[in-house]
Amino acid sequence: MHLKYVALTLAAGLAATAATADEVRVYNWSDYIDEELLTKFEEETGIDLIYDVFDSNEVLETKLLAGGSGYDVVVPSGTFLQRQIEAGAFQKLDKSKLSNIDNMWGVVEARTDQYDPGNEYSINYMWGTTGIGVNVGAVQERLGEDAPIDSLELIFNPDNISKLGECGIHMLDAPAEMIPMALKYLGEDPNSHDPDVIAKTEPLFMAIRPYIQKFHSSEYINALANGDICVAVGWSGDILQSRDRAAEADNGVEIAYHAAKEGAQMWFDQMAIPVDAPNPDAAHVFLNFIMDAQNMAQASNYVYYANGNEASKEFLVEDVIGDPAIYPDEATLENLFTTTPYPPRVQRTVTRLWTKIKSGT
Amino acid sequence: MMRRLLIAVPYGWLLLLFLVPFLIVLKISLSDIALSIPPYTPTLDLSEGWAGIRDFFSALDFENFTFLTTDDLYWKAYLSSLQIALISTLLTLLVGFPIAYGMARAPVEWRPALMMLVILPFWTSFLIRVYAWIGILSNEGFLNQFLMWIGLVDEPLTILNTNIAVYVGIVYTYLPFMILPVYATLEKMDESLLEAAEDLGCTRNQAFWFVTVPLSRPGVIAGCFLVFIPALGEFVIPSLLGGSQTLMIGKVLWEEFFSNRDWPVASAVAIILLLILIVPIVLFQRNQQKQAEANS
Repeated sequence: MHLKYVALTLAAGLAATAATADEVRVYNWSDYIDEELLTKFEEETGIDLIYDVFDSNEVLETKLLAGGSGYDVVVPSGTFLQRQIEAGAFQKLDKSKLSNIDNMWGVVEARTDQYDPGNEYSINYMWGTTGIGVNVGAVQERLGEDAPIDSLELIFNPDNISKLGECGIHMLDAPAEMIPMALKYLGEDPNSHDPDVIAKTEPLFMAIRPYIQKFHSSEYINALANGDICVAVGWSGDILQSRDRAAEADNGVEIAYHAAKEGAQMWFDQMAIPVDAPNPDAAHVFLNFIMDAQNMAQASNYVYYANGNEASKEFLVEDVIGDPAIYPDEATLENLFTTTPYPPRVQRTVTRLWTKIKSGT
Repeated sequence: MMRRLLIAVPYGWLLLLFLVPFLIVLKISLSDIALSIPPYTPTLDLSEGWAGIRDFFSALDFENFTFLTTDDLYWKAYLSSLQIALISTLLTLLVGFPIAYGMARAPVEWRPALMMLVILPFWTSFLIRVYAWIGILSNEGFLNQFLMWIGLVDEPLTILNTNIAVYVGIVYTYLPFMILPVYATLEKMDESLLEAAEDLGCTRNQAFWFVTVPLSRPGVIAGCFLVFIPALGEFVIPSLLGGSQTLMIGKVLWEEFFSNRDWPVASAVAIILLLILIVPIVLFQRNQQKQAEANS
């Protein structure tokens, strides 16, 4: 829903001119925090928190590169962060103001280091995988008990997906996630930047295109929980949230999430401070608040995403820390891959291919 | 002196609100993409003096416009937008004319209330009204539930995320822009002309086609332009109600801007869109002028 962002941009633009000293503006992904934490932050620090949400890295990046976004804290994913650092969009963190930084988890920092060398500009907020969410009952009814719900075969093999089309399939409207997934299925390097290799995914998507109801990056949470669709290719925590909502609604819908067994993309959402943030001091206070072990655990317990905070682990509920879909075991971890940002020329090929896949033109 | 001042006001207005933004977009469309803030180059550096200005102009070129001709996506999107805008203008006319006609023929004391009914939806945000259509048209929406309840269909009809939903959205949103000008001309019409036509042997039907319709023409033309021009560049309605197969230039522009981060190409797309729109806008202006002259 792009217009939401237009409205938010306007709101942010207007508000930015009126920023006061004890105010912090945070721009985070939708459905990505326990809102109690927002009130808690205001109570503890006395800083007014203005919290806006987005659902695509592209929207965030455009705002950052336009300059004067008016935000103090933003949450891009690793690949986007890397490019934005190169463009000079962020300021280095003042770690002396971040007393909780020792809570961070070295294992995750080692991985985010490839996007933000030395983790100088960002801290990890959450990380997760991109995989497949299914309405187990509806899929098994159409494909039988042994439906390959943990495999890319489910979505890329026309024999399977053609039987699921009428019950509804959503895919992320995010070529940087969908194309690596298709490349993995084809046995190519998912991180390939070679336009010829990327082009190989076109016939694959074209063959399954007729069965996909919608390419969208946030609607699937509700659609899956309500039983409106039976397959969603999406982000781990989002699908687990919809599993939870379905269980709460007790509507007979059982949702399962799997990072594809062939290999799945692992991504990191990083909190960073824009170079022109109106209130960098308050931004540091916010980052420090988020890095508090209990606060971070509360956020993860709510959104079902793993975080990069080692100290928070003891406060995580068993549902989160004990779920291999959230905190993968060693074997699964090895099967996860990461990607790097496309250079502009390749980016254009990718966007064009994606438009073609979505619109048929 | 006074006369010149009076003329200066509208021209100043035009300069400030049209020409300046246009020149900014034109400048970006001649630039190159860059990984920086802002994401294009060159930017004007006045500290370098004349040399800076010379460098600035020598770095501009029409590369982005030639690029638009290399990919059939763009002209297909322009054509498809034209088609959607034309069809929805016609549909709006088909729905709007009878409403305006009914209003103009209603008893005088009813007219303010009817006018209110047309304007009332504007009191709610446009965005919320379009979102409401999602609730009406979706598979589990009111419309499908109603159709299934009366037994007209067994399976819900897929309307949301198709071009049909886009037409519904555009017709709904722009209907008042059609009704109001048509109503304004019909209301002014001298009814004795109809009596005269009937006295001269026309049936009521003929009187409608030979008298009412030609006399309503200025209103119809104004209404059509008021619907066509914004519908052509429409972005919100296709992105909320349309499916991924709905190809409109507004969406292509969004993709260039957000997905490719290519402001220069996005600006080139916008410039071409404006050039396409200039033709109907000029026609519209002429029509308005003619009308003003006829009235005076």
